[in-house]
Amino acid sequence: MADYAVVKTLDYKGLACPMPVVKISQQIGTVAIGEVIEVYTTDPGSLSDFPAWAKTMGHAIVETKQEPGLIKIYVKRQK
Amino acid sequence: MSVDVDKAIAELKLKVEGMPGAENKLTMIVMSGDLDKHLAAMIIATGAAAMGMKVVMFFTYWGTPALRAPQKKVGGKNFMGKMFAMMLPKGRNKLKLSQMHMAGMGTAMMKGLMKKKNVAGLDEMYDVAAQLAVKIYACQMSMDLMGFKKEELIDYPGLEVCGVATMLAHAKESAIQFFI
Repeated sequence: MADYAVVKTLDYKGLACPMPVVKISQQIGTVAIGEVIEVYTTDPGSLSDFPAWAKTMGHAIVETKQEPGLIKIYVKRQK
Repeated sequence: MSVDVDKAIAELKLKVEGMPGAENKLTMIVMSGDLDKHLAAMIIATGAAAMGMKVVMFFTYWGTPALRAPQKKVGGKNFMGKMFAMMLPKGRNKLKLSQMHMAGMGTAMMKGLMKKKNVAGLDEMYDVAAQLAVKIYACQMSMDLMGFKKEELIDYPGLEVCGVATMLAHAKESAIQFFI
């Protein structure tokens, strides 16, 4: 699954619904199509919200990593 | 019988575009003046905008006082207008919980808890809504009824006063309609 390069890391630790999704929607346009953003979040709701957001917006979640107390989500801009 | 495919497609296109709910838009009526419902409304509005939807909010009845700017003062109100101005919350930060308000203790506790858990408060939600171009309308009739004037409402980009027809026109075009 590691065939992508992260071009940007965003720290959303501590933010609660709806802020992680609101913020990624404002940031996705700052990278080029095909590039991947790494998001740090501590909000477990993001595990289902990021895929739902990506599906609606036409982007992709290429990987999700869960570490103790930290969730890392990799978002690929597709359009 | 031969079918003119191009013409048929053009006619269908016109039909589909004029269908109710064809637009990627959310129309929300905010009737409640409760803090909890107001928070829910703002979370849904900003979330929908983040999902690429156009968002239009209509504040009516007990929802309208949430749009009052606490620092603004207007004169020329009659007795009833003054009474409403005094008895209704002056702005979003004066709203109360619908349950467990407990003479202010419950609401204060909830606000403290939100801060502790880093849940965005109404001030931040309004900032985000403005950044995401969430449209806000205030109901003219409610304002007339309660004696509120446009000059005493918050400085929110594009804030307008309207009637039921504006709301219905938006609602008809919207894929989602909510009443809170």
